[in-house]
Amino acid sequence: MNYLLDAFAWIADPAHQAGPNGIWARLGEHLGYSVVGVLLACLVAVPAGLWVGHTGRGRGLAVGLASAARALPTLGLVTLLGLLLGIGLVGPMIAFVALALPSILAGTYAGVEAADRVAVDGARAAGMTEWQVLTRVELPLGMPLLIGGIRSAFLQVVATATLAAYVGAGGLGRFLFLGLRTQDYPQMLAASLLVVGLALVADIAFGLLQRFATPAGLRTTR
Amino acid sequence: MSVFSRRTLTAVAAVAGLGVLAACGTSDPMGTSPATTDPGAATGDTTLVVGSQAYYSNEIIAEIYAQALEGAGYTVEREYQIGQREVYLPELEAGDLDVMPEYGGNLLQYYNSDAEVTDTASIVEALGQELPDGLRVLTPAEASDQDSYTVTRAFADEHNLTAIGDLAGINGLTIAANSEFATRPYGPDGVQQAYGVTIALTPVEDSGGPLTLRALLDGTTQVADLYTADPAIADNDLVVLDDPESLILPQNVLPLVSERVDAEAEAVLDDVNAQLSASDLQELNAQSVNEQRRSADIASEWLAAKGLA
Repeated sequence: MNYLLDAFAWIADPAHQAGPNGIWARLGEHLGYSVVGVLLACLVAVPAGLWVGHTGRGRGLAVGLASAARALPTLGLVTLLGLLLGIGLVGPMIAFVALALPSILAGTYAGVEAADRVAVDGARAAGMTEWQVLTRVELPLGMPLLIGGIRSAFLQVVATATLAAYVGAGGLGRFLFLGLRTQDYPQMLAASLLVVGLALVADIAFGLLQRFATPAGLRTTR
Repeated sequence: MSVFSRRTLTAVAAVAGLGVLAACGTSDPMGTSPATTDPGAATGDTTLVVGSQAYYSNEIIAEIYAQALEGAGYTVEREYQIGQREVYLPELEAGDLDVMPEYGGNLLQYYNSDAEVTDTASIVEALGQELPDGLRVLTPAEASDQDSYTVTRAFADEHNLTAIGDLAGINGLTIAANSEFATRPYGPDGVQQAYGVTIALTPVEDSGGPLTLRALLDGTTQVADLYTADPAIADNDLVVLDDPESLILPQNVLPLVSERVDAEAEAVLDDVNAQLSASDLQELNAQSVNEQRRSADIASEWLAAKGLA
């Protein structure tokens, strides 16, 4: 038998699609966890990144923190937080935020820093306030990189959100773990394919967003 | 930046690669098919390879077997912390492993998930038919490490609980257990039929580990599936509910061995199993969990205490 065909058949089976344990419900949970995790990370990382990028202060600290945070093993973090906070969604959600922070932080400050110095100095010479320089010049010019950071963070979180199921929450990880524990490899592969599909769709969406966020004057330069 | 970033293309390539892989490999998704047969297998030399699962309690038992065999003059190689049955059973079949501590019920389930036997003697008998050629199980120990419906002392007192059936009529019950619990004969469907108990599963995937324990202790779930040799049961004064209908598969410890384990080695392992009681296993596990002692020290001390060293 062919596992890949079995996996697609598993996904296509209407019995696996509906209901609170169905594919659609788990896909929705999975996407929801990823969106919420990345949004929470944005709340922290975007303002911090803008500040670091604009002022140049704390750059060393931001780079160091972002690199160190990338080395955090997420399963370890999920387990540790589960022990501290109990099972459920809170622990994994904190872990997803920690996973998303570095990319968004790096994308934001790199975007602001990469804004053409001539344009920034020109804006300042024209009498713009620092706030105007940031919001009207640096932020629009840095937007593609900023969205690139969110894009990369979102991909990582979508791929990792399967771990929510490790501590009693939902998401596509439920199929993955059940398949693993019961030697139901078609189900396991089906769950992986769904995660891959979700990641691909999200990446294409972010790619389009990134293109539209690129200011007209920058589009030809690539 | 183009719409299709390099990452997207890589992912597409990976999926395509997966397709190619799946088209070639037809039956063995974990790539664990036995390589070549061990050349030393048939020569009658006395080096035995003892393996263990990636589970501390299993490693302690493996170490006890290993030291007992060494005491009888065998040369022992240790291959501990091998992952799951999907990985080590093919190695046993290929002759790369000779002795593996196993648990009767789960081993039978691996080879025949439809087996409907519920006592140790029939499990051993059924294993005799299901095991591949060249493998056999020896006499099981009294010690077992099986799933359970475990509650806190306070919850047991409040509802007068001694057996699983006493849970019937309590509303909103949940049990913390691995996700496969839902598919087991003793899962929510099974206890509904046998005992009229309605219980929902909260999947926690650490196999009765600290997360499962925490969910029980903080009241997130009222019941937890802890393994009966877990020292946490005694440490937290938990109550393991009786299972008079024998829904839960017994998991007595028994060695799974290859053909290279001869009659003399078999006698050594039988002597060990004859003395390995349920409370012994709990005590051995407690030394590892609570005192962080090495399995080699725990094993040699137990063997000396039992006069087997």
